Amino acid sequence: MNLYNPLKVVPPLVTGLWTTFKSTLKKPVTIQYPEVKRPVRERYKGRHELKRYDNGLEKCIGCALCAAACPADAIFVEASENIDEKRFSPGERYASTYEINMLRCIFCGYCEDACPTEAIVLGDNYELSFTDRSQAIYTREMLLDPVPAGGEPTPREVEPGSFDRSIPEMKDPA
Amino acid sequence: MGVEQKLGNMGVVTTTLEQMVNWGRTRAMWPMLFGLACCAIEMMASQASDYDMSRFGMELMRPSPRQADLMIVAGRVTRKMAPVLRRLYDQMPEPKWVVSMGDCASCGGVFNNYAIVQGVDEIVPVDVYVAGCPPRPEALIHGIMTLHEKVKGEGIKTWA
Repeated sequence: MNLYNPLKVVPPLVTGLWTTFKSTLKKPVTIQYPEVKRPVRERYKGRHELKRYDNGLEKCIGCALCAAACPADAIFVEASENIDEKRFSPGERYASTYEINMLRCIFCGYCEDACPTEAIVLGDNYELSFTDRSQAIYTREMLLDPVPAGGEPTPREVEPGSFDRSIPEMKDPA
Repeated sequence: MGVEQKLGNMGVVTTTLEQMVNWGRTRAMWPMLFGLACCAIEMMASQASDYDMSRFGMELMRPSPRQADLMIVAGRVTRKMAPVLRRLYDQMPEPKWVVSMGDCASCGGVFNNYAIVQGVDEIVPVDVYVAGCPPRPEALIHGIMTLHEKVKGEGIKTWA
């Protein structure tokens, strides 16, 4: 190609600059992240949440099936006995220690699948950065959801024998 | 630095200088073009137009460590890669920072085996750990903002 021939040089130049000109008229696609957050997908797996029943009792019964299912060994659960004067969850036991190392967790959701009471759910918070590795360990208090409206906080004192099942009775067990 | 020992407490002069220098450091922190595994894909995505890290003065990923300020360890570091990573870190000029992006770089993640370094902080000093497998581009930007907060808190005595 002869670079000194304007008939051969100018048309491709104009074509290229036309593309540039067209994109200046387009709306910018950039999401201004810290101010504007793109909503996550419905099934996005972010930071875990420990759920509560509507009456405020914790769903987690401390069975540690999530810790067994975890492929990265990120979860540590220690269970203690529930007593009627100091009740955290329905049933015999509750998780007195529940720790997840967010730097170990790979957010696969196996814990969610393993949980028999649907206590652990992966939420939609992804803003997890730490300046120290010890900050990455989320304890039970950090993971627990707030008490829903109309519920009472845990631990609470209940009538003896009022909560003897770990899982509430299903209306339609089919 | 020894400035305060020689001149005493300079008060407003040094704080303003600190603020100015830290402002400059946080506004143009060039990362190194350096990806090791799947996290690098998200690092590229955070540089692309949807998230656009150039809003934070990071439009240039420098392929040369001599021109980089920030090392984003994106991905798992094998034992074979570890001396290379350390050498790249040593070649970066001061001041320099390290972001450990993702689980594998932070603590080995699921790869708890002999081939993978169990946390890149065994070889380089890490400033910010970003959790996620891999982290979203937003999560990486959040980690970088955490690093900026940390840099803004640095004083004249802690400057290297």
